[in-house]
Amino acid sequence: MSENQAKKFKGDDATQQMRQRAEQMGIETVWDREEMQEPHCGFGTLGICCKNCNLGPCRIDPFGEGASQGVCGADADTISARNLVRHIAAGTACHSDHGREITETLLMAAEGKTKFYRVTSAEKLKVVAEEYKVKTENRKNEEIAADLAKKILAEYGQQEGELVLAQRAPEKQKKIWRKYNLMPRGIDREVVESMSRTHIGVDNDYQNLMQQGMRTALADGWGGSMIGTELSDILFGKPTPQRGKVNLGVLKEDQVNLLVHGHVPLLSEMICEAGSDPEMIALAKKKGATGITIAGLCCTANEILVRRGFPVAGNFLQQELALLTGAVDLLLVDLQCIMPSLPEIANCFHTKIVSTSPKARFPGMEHIEFNEKDAGIIAQEIVRKAIDNFPNRDKAKVCIPQETNDLMPGFTTEYVFKMLGGTYRSSYKPLNEGIINGRIRGVAAIVGCDNPKAESGESHAKLVKELIKNDVLVVQTGCSALACAKAGLLTPEAALQYAGKGLKEICEAVGIPPVLHLGSCVDNTRILTACCEMVKEGGLGEGLDDLPIAGAAPEWMSEKAIAIGWYFVASGALVVFGSPFPVYGSPNMTKFVTEDVEKMTGGKWAFESDPLQMAKVMIEHIDKKRKALNLRPMIYEVGVGASA
Amino acid sequence: MKKLFFYIEKCLACRTCEMVCCVGHSLNKDLFKDVRENSISPARLKIFSAKAKNYPLACRHCDDPKCVVACMSAALKKDEKTGQVLHDKDKCVGCWMCVMACPYGAIRLDRKEKIPLRCDLCIDIGEPRCAKNCPVKAIIWEEEAEIAKKK
Repeated sequence: MSENQAKKFKGDDATQQMRQRAEQMGIETVWDREEMQEPHCGFGTLGICCKNCNLGPCRIDPFGEGASQGVCGADADTISARNLVRHIAAGTACHSDHGREITETLLMAAEGKTKFYRVTSAEKLKVVAEEYKVKTENRKNEEIAADLAKKILAEYGQQEGELVLAQRAPEKQKKIWRKYNLMPRGIDREVVESMSRTHIGVDNDYQNLMQQGMRTALADGWGGSMIGTELSDILFGKPTPQRGKVNLGVLKEDQVNLLVHGHVPLLSEMICEAGSDPEMIALAKKKGATGITIAGLCCTANEILVRRGFPVAGNFLQQELALLTGAVDLLLVDLQCIMPSLPEIANCFHTKIVSTSPKARFPGMEHIEFNEKDAGIIAQEIVRKAIDNFPNRDKAKVCIPQETNDLMPGFTTEYVFKMLGGTYRSSYKPLNEGIINGRIRGVAAIVGCDNPKAESGESHAKLVKELIKNDVLVVQTGCSALACAKAGLLTPEAALQYAGKGLKEICEAVGIPPVLHLGSCVDNTRILTACCEMVKEGGLGEGLDDLPIAGAAPEWMSEKAIAIGWYFVASGALVVFGSPFPVYGSPNMTKFVTEDVEKMTGGKWAFESDPLQMAKVMIEHIDKKRKALNLRPMIYEVGVGASA
Repeated sequence: MKKLFFYIEKCLACRTCEMVCCVGHSLNKDLFKDVRENSISPARLKIFSAKAKNYPLACRHCDDPKCVVACMSAALKKDEKTGQVLHDKDKCVGCWMCVMACPYGAIRLDRKEKIPLRCDLCIDIGEPRCAKNCPVKAIIWEEEAEIAKKK
């Protein structure tokens, strides 16, 4: 609700160019709609508006003059806690459903019910199968995969016990979770219980509500999301570092441009294959194009980027701008973070938009329903549709920004192992030693969305530069990673010039860039597993909460981001959001999330909108952890805020 | 002369006007900061409801202001040029006579500072925040003559 709209950043160069074009053409975009929504309702922003029942809707007066309770008697603490738990449940549900779709596909592939998917990483299949106590010796991959998928699907509906992948966490975390009743019992069960406990007249104690909120978030991070990541690796192969390109300039004037947008990699993988089919390329040539460009938006982009090196057209805020190029022949969407405004913009051009998930329909979009059995055939149909639409493109309306940036994505928990220690002596030792002897200060995860209410992506790069300058190794996922890629921070050469001396020495010695791209937003679980490996390697304490680490989502916007943040806080990390999730209307809840929770899990929240201040908060936390571990002082101390 | 007008048929009682009034008159003019630092100002305007209608209520800057007449320390005065009723904080003794005299009940109490709280039409930004931010345009800031034409 700040009054100075003018200081808002307008996005990277390509974004600015396309926003001007939108204005000239009289097309509304997310920035216009954001302005129309200002000021955002203060009651909602502060989390003290409740519409869970028909006694209300109720609002608490945050300034103490009016109502201090809703009709049922719920106060600001109860209302903000209930709202927050529902946000966590929605975020968890999204990631977990994503994981469920991947699991169901693995099962179909294993049982021979679809010929388009197969086990690609037998190595990872064995690792996960053994964790789930599926017999692997002398068995075919398909047999193992079928048993594994069935066990995982059962875990979604499990009522008692503990999640299998949560056992990956250090003993210290598991003890904390058991002590405070935070250990998730099943995946779906926690979401259901969150919904039931936030119904009118059920759970009204804000601390007890947050216990369930954290348990639900852990069912996301160590459940649904982690399953999504691990099983995607089994089906489509483990990502490896490779060269990629990002920003709207990846669209080609003389080629068929097909964009894939959304989150679940099942169909996009098939599209990539169909689009690379020589028969399809020949067809495109017959229609006057020189080839086919398949590029991604949002996290689908990250999925095909880290596994196949396919180009990225843009992140969340650029989905409308991609259409404004007039050069997109077909945009394919599945689910999550897809703006329902897209069909209206596509109507101004020849662009066809196709929705594919039975769970996500959009008024004005053509619907071609996806199913695993016919995945490859559907993909071919869609690619052909894009090619057929190419001749309809109005060349006079085409305007593609030149901007592209190189990036090197695809670092996984396992890959960092190899990179650090070499294939034959895989180890996190060089990383841990770098931290222990004061060359690397710690590790920070910079993740999350881009948001027109904040700086439309720019705050990510500012924050990351400040962190690496202070010798903090940065790992990234999601739209945040893409924002930094657009700022040129995801190539080893570019980033090293901003890195502090100690970090630079380590990076050059082992050959990793100081900013590592780990994948999509479900792949935040790779950060969890990498942290577990750091604890296992030794020398940095016994739990995740001892590690000199911190996380931030400077421009978060989705409920998924809240769930992710909470599974990190419940696992012992400091998480900084650029703006608070709706709790500021309750001083007790604000204190709980920013202070009290630390006494339970070792993790906590901080809210800070200025990227440099955010870096300061994270570095101070990392230094606090270094001190507690009695680590050596930093070899090259820069000082926060000092110029590079 | 521009005046504040309220379309009571349109008001949904969302209280956005109260919220932006509070924030706009607070120390940091930032909702999150002022809530955290407890430096939020009370609202100078309030929504009241009666007979299924909602009434935003704020100082009308009357042509014949009773509050100015009632003010014993001459802290309140009518600026004939702008039509605004102005309040001089330094002269105010906090006797609340203006509150008693206002026929609309539009003057509110700042008990902390012991002064009356009245709409200042957001002179600092040249346009009342409530009108600027009303999502349904129930509060408007227009020339008196223009309003008369619409009626």
